[in-house]
Amino acid sequence: MSMTSFNWTIAVPEIVLALSGIVILVAGVLQRKGEGFFSSAMLSIAAFAVCGFLVLLSPTGEGYAGTFVNDGFARFMKMLILAGALTAVVLTFSYRTRDKTTLPFETPVLMLFSTLGAMIMASSANLMTLFVGLELSSLSIYILCAMERDSVLSSEAGLKYFVLGSLASGLLLYGISLVYGYAGTMEYTGLVAAIRASGDLPMGLIVGIVFIVTGLCFKLSAVPFHMWTPDVYQGAPTPVTAYMAGAPKFAAFALFLRVMAGPFGTVAPRWQILIETVSVLSMVYGAFAAIPQGNIKRLMAYSSIGHMGYAMMGLAAASLAGVQATLIYLAAYFVMNAGVFACITAMRRKGREVVSISDLAGLGRTDPAMAAVLALFMFSMVGAPPLAGFFGKFLVFAAAWQSGLYVLVVIGALSSIVGAYYYLRIVKVMYFDSPAEVLDRPAPSLLFVSGSMGLATALFVAGMGPLMAWAHQAALALGG
Amino acid sequence: MTPAIAPIGIGPYLFVSAALLVLGVFGIFLNRKNVIILLMSMELILLSANLNLVAFSSAHGDLSGQVMVLFVLTIAAAEAAIGLAIVTVYFRNRGSIQVEDVTMMKG
Repeated sequence: MSMTSFNWTIAVPEIVLALSGIVILVAGVLQRKGEGFFSSAMLSIAAFAVCGFLVLLSPTGEGYAGTFVNDGFARFMKMLILAGALTAVVLTFSYRTRDKTTLPFETPVLMLFSTLGAMIMASSANLMTLFVGLELSSLSIYILCAMERDSVLSSEAGLKYFVLGSLASGLLLYGISLVYGYAGTMEYTGLVAAIRASGDLPMGLIVGIVFIVTGLCFKLSAVPFHMWTPDVYQGAPTPVTAYMAGAPKFAAFALFLRVMAGPFGTVAPRWQILIETVSVLSMVYGAFAAIPQGNIKRLMAYSSIGHMGYAMMGLAAASLAGVQATLIYLAAYFVMNAGVFACITAMRRKGREVVSISDLAGLGRTDPAMAAVLALFMFSMVGAPPLAGFFGKFLVFAAAWQSGLYVLVVIGALSSIVGAYYYLRIVKVMYFDSPAEVLDRPAPSLLFVSGSMGLATALFVAGMGPLMAWAHQAALALGG
Repeated sequence: MTPAIAPIGIGPYLFVSAALLVLGVFGIFLNRKNVIILLMSMELILLSANLNLVAFSSAHGDLSGQVMVLFVLTIAAAEAAIGLAIVTVYFRNRGSIQVEDVTMMKG
């Protein structure tokens, strides 16, 4: 590890984002009560856009005394994280709480700080950076969940996520302490050397790895650490749910890939079975538990549990193709997930939010455009070619097959057939059930998000070439 | 091993911290009474990890473990503040902070 150069320029995007967060917060406080929201959200979106450019321009290298690294992988994950956060902030514009007011102006700023934590996670080169980034991201989300202060559901969601999330952070930290103790260092490069040097892994190190995997699975809402997901998704304000289903998941995956393929990559056969088990459980549970759901936000919670299982398949393959497949899967998951949440945010009747699937009845006749887009997303989630979800699923299956994980592929294929039932049920409700009362016209910001994400889902194939090349580079950066 | 920790070795430290971890985890899962006790259990878990970090740091003669503890203490303080704020908001809406009452959403 070179301690010689501090190399501070590699974190310029993070520094800019942090400073803009502070400035937006102060600007919001100076406005009159209840008026700061629009400017705060606009400024956050601008900050995300600027930060995205800076990420693309940021140099490759290590810095900050070996705690921070920037490479192709970090850039790929950061762009995904920023895109997820940006769409979530756009969804907050038209959102009105149960008492018809906007969310507080702190909402976009907290999303911004959470995104900052997520970006630091993607760039971590040291267990210390990992933990601090993770906590910055999580602590902001605890507050976001309870943001609708006068709603019992929202505060209960915040409480539940806080309790279980801090438990997960605690376990992760305990794992970090064990890994530090038995490997003698916190730097990833040092960990690689320590693991290579020890012929047989010490027991304490294995226990430490298991604790770290547990903590990360919690953040990913992978089975068996998923129990918070449906309640928190249902209770949190919809744009916050949209945020939670995007950026933090990408960040947790960034960590997973960086830690597992990096320092612990040489002992892959020891942890592969763990990831395989979690992946199978998530896929199967996500498919079956979603069937009886009547609330569309809860349904999306189970859907994201399932998707995390599929994305983990690429990690379980423990190969270059596997990492690349996971990255493509996450990109596909981003476009369809953001689109679905734009549609869910648009579900309002006489200004009140409605969230049950039966409220979508007859949407095919009352609002054909929205019904068509939502149906497109549902087919993509099933994995129907040539939509985005198909390419993600196809690539992870192929990577797992190449690594000889045949059972995993078969279970994955079967559970995606079960999953097709509940996704297509929504399409059936929209087109074949007798119309419910008409929904309100969606706000322009929601039309923009659902429309652009719909295009991206439908035309994913057009961008496949460059995306594959970019993901390949990212996966190479991780392996080298 | 440096002299600071040599007389008793690292074993007892690890034992105590493992005991704290188990107490904390059980405190969260077995406690059916009060949300405040959950907050205390979380602190126990974080402190058990801190004890580990300090003991290992001393045994290795490497400072990064102790630096980490300083970060963790700061984060734990922020976490406790946020936790209490959320509990306050919850109490205002629900009029109770009994764990068995946190059941508005199920399924």
